[in-house]
Amino acid sequence: MKKTGIYIKAAILLRNGRIIKDDVVIFRSAEKGVLFLNEAYERLAVNYPRFYKMDTLSKMGTVAAAVLLKDSFDPAARQPDEAGIVLSNRNASIEADAQYWEASQEYPSPALFVYTLPNIVIGELSIRYQFKGENAFFVSEAFDAEWLHWYVTDLMTRNLLKTCMCGWLDVFDDQLDACLFLVESDTSETGSTFTAENLKSIYNKNYGK
Amino acid sequence: MENKQELMHRLKEQIIKQLKLNDKKPEDIGDHDPLFVEGLGLDSIDALELIVLLQQEYNIKLKNAEEGQDVFRSVSTMADYILDHQVNS
Repeated sequence: MKKTGIYIKAAILLRNGRIIKDDVVIFRSAEKGVLFLNEAYERLAVNYPRFYKMDTLSKMGTVAAAVLLKDSFDPAARQPDEAGIVLSNRNASIEADAQYWEASQEYPSPALFVYTLPNIVIGELSIRYQFKGENAFFVSEAFDAEWLHWYVTDLMTRNLLKTCMCGWLDVFDDQLDACLFLVESDTSETGSTFTAENLKSIYNKNYGK
Repeated sequence: MENKQELMHRLKEQIIKQLKLNDKKPEDIGDHDPLFVEGLGLDSIDALELIVLLQQEYNIKLKNAEEGQDVFRSVSTMADYILDHQVNS
């Protein structure tokens, strides 16, 4: 009988004008920041009615998650409360905070206000994909593979989650940096082993400018 | 003063802009279509944005939140409310 293990089933990087899933370039554009995301949303047919209402961080999470999960995640194989999300970044919700502050000089916008917390992107993704298990958003100076590995392993070994979408989603001044992993606990022995070294190696992959 | 038809057209443009309904055009919104749930599918945050829109563009403040249910039923009811309050202000 095969032993249960924790595996990275898929990974995506979104930076330097490209979206790369498992070493394959899925999308590229010369646009920057939110324009890059709007173009990716249209061309990849992500199709989510709330997209244009979102802040840049949530837009990036929506596009990145759509690419990550497509053809890699089977929602029927999991109960909603067995699937969770653990994210982190450096700049929290600074883009939305700044936009809200600017708008509030005249009239505060409720639609901007709701995005002035980084974990709102988790809410957006949880609603869309029915991930109803544990979730958390951490703010740290840099991508911390050891911490992510420890935290997600703890959730999975305690059987709180069997699927976790986790990683890094950071937006600052038109610079987009996303690295998301689909991690699952099962007996399939498919994917790469969920280790801090493998997380770090994927995050640090350099595909050139 | 603009008539109700002109006001409704302008309201539709403002709703699309304010609520970032990028996939909609004014002609996609019927005068009497429900704005919430089964119609345009607006949510509670959108309702707050519509209150801001009334205040910002028409200098009209809703007296209480319950009033919003009737005012924001459709573009037509919004236009009636604006015309009524502009006359009375």
